[in-house]
Amino acid sequence: MSTRLKSGGRRIDRSRPVTFSFDGARLRGYRGDTLASALLANDRMLVGRSFKYHRPRGIVASGSEEPNALVGLEEGDLFEPNQRATTTELYDGLTARSQNRWPSLSMDFGAVTSRLSRVLPAGFYYKTFLRPRSFWKHVYEPLIRRSAGLGYAPNPEARDPDRYEHFYLHVDVLIVGGGIAGIQSALAAGRAGARVLLIEQSAHWGGRSPADHSGGKQSVNNIPVDKYVDECLAELGTMPHVQCRTRTMGAGVYDHGYVLAYERVGDHLPGEGALRHRLWKIRTGRIITATGAIERPIAFPGNDLPGVMLASAARDYLIDFGVSMGKHPLVLANNDSAYETAFLLQDQGVDVAAIVDARTGDAGGVAQEAVERGLRVIRGGGVSSVKGRRRVEGVTICDQRGAGTALEEISCDAIAMSGGWSPAVHLWSHSGGKLTWDARQFCFRPDVDNSARGADGAPYVIAAGAASGEMTLAAAVKDGHAAGLRAAAELGYNGAAQSEPVATRVEEAAIEPVWIMPSQAPVTLREKAFLDFQNDVKVSDVELAAREGFESVEHAKRYTTLGMATDQGKLSNINGIAILSDALGRPIPQTGTTTFRPPYTPISFGSIAGSQTGPRFLPIRRTPIQDWHEEQGAYFEPVGHWRRPYCYPRGDESHSDAVAREILQTRNHVGLLDASTLGKIVVKGPDAGRLLDMLYTGRMSTLKPGRCRYGLMCSENGFLMDDGVVARLDEETFLCHTTTGGADHIHAHMEDWLQTEWWDWKVYTANLTEQFAQIAVVGPKSREVLERLGGMNLGRDALPFMGWCEGMLAGISARIFRISFSGELSYEIAVAADQGIELWEKFLAAGQDFGISPYGTEALHVMRAEKGFIMIGDETDGTVIPQDLGLDWAIAKGKDDYIGKRAQMRSHMIDPDRWKLVGLETVDGSVLPEGAYAVASGKTSIGQRATQGRVTSSYHSPTLGRGIAMGLVLRGPERMGDELEFPGTDGQVYKARLVSPVFYNPEGTKQDA
Amino acid sequence: MLILNCPYCGESADETELAPGGEAHLRREGPESQDEAFESYLFHRSNPKGVHFERWRHAFGCGKWFIAARCTATLEVFGTYAAQTSCPPQEIVDKISERRPDRRGASGS
Ligand SMILES: [Zn+2]
Repeated sequence: MSTRLKSGGRRIDRSRPVTFSFDGARLRGYRGDTLASALLANDRMLVGRSFKYHRPRGIVASGSEEPNALVGLEEGDLFEPNQRATTTELYDGLTARSQNRWPSLSMDFGAVTSRLSRVLPAGFYYKTFLRPRSFWKHVYEPLIRRSAGLGYAPNPEARDPDRYEHFYLHVDVLIVGGGIAGIQSALAAGRAGARVLLIEQSAHWGGRSPADHSGGKQSVNNIPVDKYVDECLAELGTMPHVQCRTRTMGAGVYDHGYVLAYERVGDHLPGEGALRHRLWKIRTGRIITATGAIERPIAFPGNDLPGVMLASAARDYLIDFGVSMGKHPLVLANNDSAYETAFLLQDQGVDVAAIVDARTGDAGGVAQEAVERGLRVIRGGGVSSVKGRRRVEGVTICDQRGAGTALEEISCDAIAMSGGWSPAVHLWSHSGGKLTWDARQFCFRPDVDNSARGADGAPYVIAAGAASGEMTLAAAVKDGHAAGLRAAAELGYNGAAQSEPVATRVEEAAIEPVWIMPSQAPVTLREKAFLDFQNDVKVSDVELAAREGFESVEHAKRYTTLGMATDQGKLSNINGIAILSDALGRPIPQTGTTTFRPPYTPISFGSIAGSQTGPRFLPIRRTPIQDWHEEQGAYFEPVGHWRRPYCYPRGDESHSDAVAREILQTRNHVGLLDASTLGKIVVKGPDAGRLLDMLYTGRMSTLKPGRCRYGLMCSENGFLMDDGVVARLDEETFLCHTTTGGADHIHAHMEDWLQTEWWDWKVYTANLTEQFAQIAVVGPKSREVLERLGGMNLGRDALPFMGWCEGMLAGISARIFRISFSGELSYEIAVAADQGIELWEKFLAAGQDFGISPYGTEALHVMRAEKGFIMIGDETDGTVIPQDLGLDWAIAKGKDDYIGKRAQMRSHMIDPDRWKLVGLETVDGSVLPEGAYAVASGKTSIGQRATQGRVTSSYHSPTLGRGIAMGLVLRGPERMGDELEFPGTDGQVYKARLVSPVFYNPEGTKQDA
Repeated sequence: MLILNCPYCGESADETELAPGGEAHLRREGPESQDEAFESYLFHRSNPKGVHFERWRHAFGCGKWFIAARCTATLEVFGTYAAQTSCPPQEIVDKISERRPDRRGASGS
């Protein structure tokens, strides 16, 4: 059983007990514990159930590489699934629940799948659930969802009360990893004068050094390593150009020195409403990845039982938290480092059952020391089975070179395993650093000559220490120092000469690779040896994938799901690659690794969102009249980044009633529209007309000053992009109106052509959309309302239809366009933005006896549809050309060229079988469903019902008292009077006749009044 | 996330300030063009692993278009230059030849 020892534990404060709960049980730990160390101190070895087979699982690691100990933390709004117990700092009142078990952790019905594991091999889902198709949704998916998976997603109604933020920083040298190598790098670079940021994912400096390297008894510059770390940090603290942050993980390295770091500011200080996570967005000249190395498990039968732990983790729990993994632990290794675990346990009075060393080669100094200490060492041995159902109770020892024949049984309650070390090369690899196979240490390490490169073509990622394969203390210190000096020097910081730190040198005996234990294990043993604990991938699964032809490591990964869990294969990657290589009979470097992608460990969604939540997610654009709309209780709809009034309901009036009222008021009397959101782009210069002739399908250069013309803009592939009225202000100046949503991208489109194609034309553009308020006064009484304001002659001859004029209207400088999007007599008045509300209120006052009232976007839409005017985004969808919409009249016939002209000549564009615009009139006067398709006889090539048209706009017209619609129909204009059938999603079939799209005042007498 | 230097305002701009515009130095084919030439202009784009010329707009800065010559494999930037040209300037061509001596031809096509 795992237990807290009487003494020891440099991280914990035994004078400050902490209470927490796990699966409802109240347990005690100490300030300084992690949730994992506190659980182990309480002999909670079983902490979760596995993803696929629901096997009992215990804590394997002590850091972010932990695959098993994932818990649901806290409850309600604070609930978070899949939190690693090993990186959760304990605080008073912490509440955690185990995951993926039912009804309870020790009694789990899903565990029955464990016994079915022989029929659930790799690719099982793909093979079994292929057919029948009808079973997917109602049988297989619910089954898989119930049995597989990790934690539950939080309640969608829950609202995270914590705060998150983003932080931007530019530095010369970013060092990721606060172990001995990273600290040494920071010192060297900082002393040279570079601006340095040193970050460490855990809450403590020094990394593994105090627990490794002779149990921390090795020294640097003759100072014990833990003291040395403190001294270095003290010196870094005196450097104003150096920042050091703990609890900050290097999450991802991206192009050109861009790095994301994730700081867990408040996870260990809950309940104070303070900042929780901070996402750092860093640009750095050089990045030093001093991210250390991760110990590999050994693939032996039964290696996933609670009580089996990495030897390094066992050391950490012992030294940092005073927790022993067991009373009679066994150490299993293929390298020297795990001997330290045995020695440290023995030093603390723990009875070590044996050291099983799979190696057969020359024993080194540590083996000699073990013998001197009276520890039993079994050379060339392996473990062929583990006794116990929910925790380790003993092992069977075999010959590592054999097939698993039992030599003896040893009673033990825990196993500390070490299969060697893999440099944490993730950050080195994120933006393109290459790896090389180290045939001496049996690991992939950074290929130092193939680093990721910056904008200048120079390498900018430098790996240091164990992350670069320099595993001993002496080598790591030396490498870190060199990396810091190099990074600083490459950026021009040379400083005074620095002496190289010197650390204790210890000779280690060579590692011997153990990819499967025992090496000749039959399949019955291989299918009990786990590679990926979190995703339940076994040795036999990877071998099956190889047999079935998944030779690429990337394919084998996806087929078996090896390394695809939340730990991203930190423990399983190299072992899996080795098994795959062995199965394929090729060397490991030829198999290579899968791609390392950010983030290094999962980061919270909150940190990604930062403060951009709720109203800060997207800024809302407001017109100068927005306050008034809000005061009136308008119902708004989003249009681009604007919120435009959809209608202005009165009292408990419904929206549709309000729209109908607004339309009838406007058609019969007069209405007001806030049209300020319309794009307004000035195009000015001697070549302005020439440019507009290219941008619009029509000819704008012949427009007379004082006149307006409707224009269509197409993309170079011929499709209609935008429409609007162009007014010629003077010989050299045009004002182009765009749609509300089009203002920005049409301005960009103009600039693109102007800057990159016709750069020698003398013309410039300016987007003045927000400089003006624009108000449409619409209806038969509109002229009278304007005249009541006084100051301008707006008679029929003074300002004819499609003309504009400027002057003082009610004392306000105004430009008045006589244009109409409703078919009524109509004026649009533009004034300086800050005078918009004043003019708006003057109109309301002047038209009071006409019942003047504002109308919203829906009334605007209905009135334009009654008049047969198209709307960009309704009648167009990026595949429609003006000719489809009967807009040939707006295309200048004699023009040599305009953007889109050549594309509109392509064979498909001139095909008479295109769908073209028509009006649609339901036989019974009802409203056609928007988006409905007109069916044709027969089927398409993929067996779907053939169609011959679709509804693009459909409304109830209060003016006509019936449904009206527009649509695109195969050869529509040639088929006037035909009846088509439109099946609706409501099961009903709507019948409609093809008619002219102009339903209202086709003669145009009203707008011309 | 790339950093490109805007040749107009001189700023080193983060990619978030920029809008991409695809392959640079395309020659526009107008109404007189043959189908094949027009199709190529409208749809065909080179996608090299190596030296590439790209249009970028300093959209959230000065608003100007410029062209970046860079390596799509290593992300090395050989230089940026104003968009008002139909081929890369000589100094850019020279820089590319220096950095990629094995590369044949240093034009945009
Ligand atoms: Zn710029």
